[in-house]
Amino acid sequence: MKLNQLTIKQAQEGLRNKKFSSVELTKACLEQIKKHNPSLNAFITVCEEDALESAKKADDLVSPGETLEAKPLLGIPIALKDLFSTKGIKTTAGSKVLENYIPPYDATVVKKLKDVGATIIGKTNQDAWGHGSSGENSDFGATKNPWNTEYVPGGSSSGSAAALAADMCIVSTGTDTGGSLRLPASFCNVVGLKPTYGRVSRYGIIAMASSLDSIGHFTKTVEDSAILLNVTAGHDEFDATTPGVDAQNYTKNLNNGVKGIKIGVPEEYVAKGLDKNVQTRFEQALKVLERLGAIIKKVSLPHTEYGNAAYYIIQPSEVSSNLARYDGIRYGHGREKFGDEAKRRIMLGTYTLSAGYYDAYYKKAMQVRTLIKKDFSDAFNPSADGVDAIITPVSPTPPWKLGEKINDPLKMYLSDVFTVTANLAGIPGLALPMGFANELPIGMQILGPQFSESLLFQIGHAYEQTTEWNKRKPELNSSLHIGGST
Amino acid sequence: MKIDVTHVAKLANQPLKKEEIKKFESQLSSILGYINKLNEIGTKNVEPTSQVTGLENVTRGDETKPSLSQEALSNSKSTHNGLFKVKAILDE
Repeated sequence: MKLNQLTIKQAQEGLRNKKFSSVELTKACLEQIKKHNPSLNAFITVCEEDALESAKKADDLVSPGETLEAKPLLGIPIALKDLFSTKGIKTTAGSKVLENYIPPYDATVVKKLKDVGATIIGKTNQDAWGHGSSGENSDFGATKNPWNTEYVPGGSSSGSAAALAADMCIVSTGTDTGGSLRLPASFCNVVGLKPTYGRVSRYGIIAMASSLDSIGHFTKTVEDSAILLNVTAGHDEFDATTPGVDAQNYTKNLNNGVKGIKIGVPEEYVAKGLDKNVQTRFEQALKVLERLGAIIKKVSLPHTEYGNAAYYIIQPSEVSSNLARYDGIRYGHGREKFGDEAKRRIMLGTYTLSAGYYDAYYKKAMQVRTLIKKDFSDAFNPSADGVDAIITPVSPTPPWKLGEKINDPLKMYLSDVFTVTANLAGIPGLALPMGFANELPIGMQILGPQFSESLLFQIGHAYEQTTEWNKRKPELNSSLHIGGST
Repeated sequence: MKIDVTHVAKLANQPLKKEEIKKFESQLSSILGYINKLNEIGTKNVEPTSQVTGLENVTRGDETKPSLSQEALSNSKSTHNGLFKVKAILDE
């Protein structure tokens, strides 16, 4: 196995036992970036010099045993979505408006990652401002899916998912406002965590829709996802929406299995429009969990079909407000540099918040949000024989071809139908690989009550250990000719 | 449902090219048509949810702490004496 293919866990052990150095590990990732970034376009900025310097520092600090507790990510290369403010490193949000913007401070999460020794290897491509489901709305060109470069990698955290799937880093970060982590995770065959709203600080992450934005990450295994949440979770005085609820030790219950755990399958998600391949894989996944001892039950989330409509009022409303700050005076270029999708959302949101329409749109959507949140709390209600967690496919379809939906914004929006409800309800979701269709990845999501990340990892780990879909890697060279013909 | 794109763009201080106005008019109308689906459900007496984890009145002590100072100007194209310089908005 090549060094750049390692998981966090494996890299930690190798570094600690001096099997290889952080410089070697970082170089392996940088080489992979050089080789494959021209065809995948996963990175906007590669921090070669800084990364090697940080790796050297880490090598000087590594001493067996000692460092892992205090600095669990020491010397481990991480790629950051370009929405994460990084002091001294260009941060574009995927938009030409910020093409030259260099933040004077670090986001809280970035500071935490640096504090535990992580090496920032680069900033990844994305749909501009997080607006998109395919990665094609980036002002710096679309990211390609490493499994087949004619297909989208999912968005908006497109570059982070593609970079990790192509082993250009050991771990990467993303954000999820309506599925922006879970969709690319499922399209690229990696693990993606959307934490509970407020579990991870939003401070310094360029804001999209403030009542929905969740800050998470992509990893190669469920265990790695738990390791990373141990670093990023917690209260932050700079983000008033991070609650006082203590972060847990998220790796503690990993091996507890799923015996006796009640898992719900919402009938509204499997009822209509599900791609046949997705359905088959999903049914197989349910059988695996059942075999492992989980109790699979039907549940109902009756307001599901209104989720997307509510989301596409609330989110653009908040987008229009957050993007109002870009005036070209304090940083960045003027508003004429916004791309089409940002303009659409600015106008849609301005309209739904404008005098005479606020009650009909924004307020109405916030009321529907209450109903959607209640759907989940009813389904999880222990005193009404509720379930412990819910699983669904991440997307009703496998990855689609580049260009397929780009001229029809509404069609693109409808790709988020299974993911937006978790953001509206503020609950966590763990996306993980559940197989392939025509050599393209398909993913499922495990949803739980607010602050139930530990349980999601426990279920996900048990499933992953049995199926090992996550171990399959794309053949990057074959991306030059047309694949997916099986 | 038709949307007055020119008016909304003015409210949003969003410059648009002429050809964009027509394009957005039709795209936004089809999106509005979709979100009008919400009128199918009754929401009388339903409280709106704006803070999803139920936090209320989060405050901090009124104390000063070190924060960004002159470095906040580092990305501005137009500064004067350690301040952001903007065009006048009032006539003399």
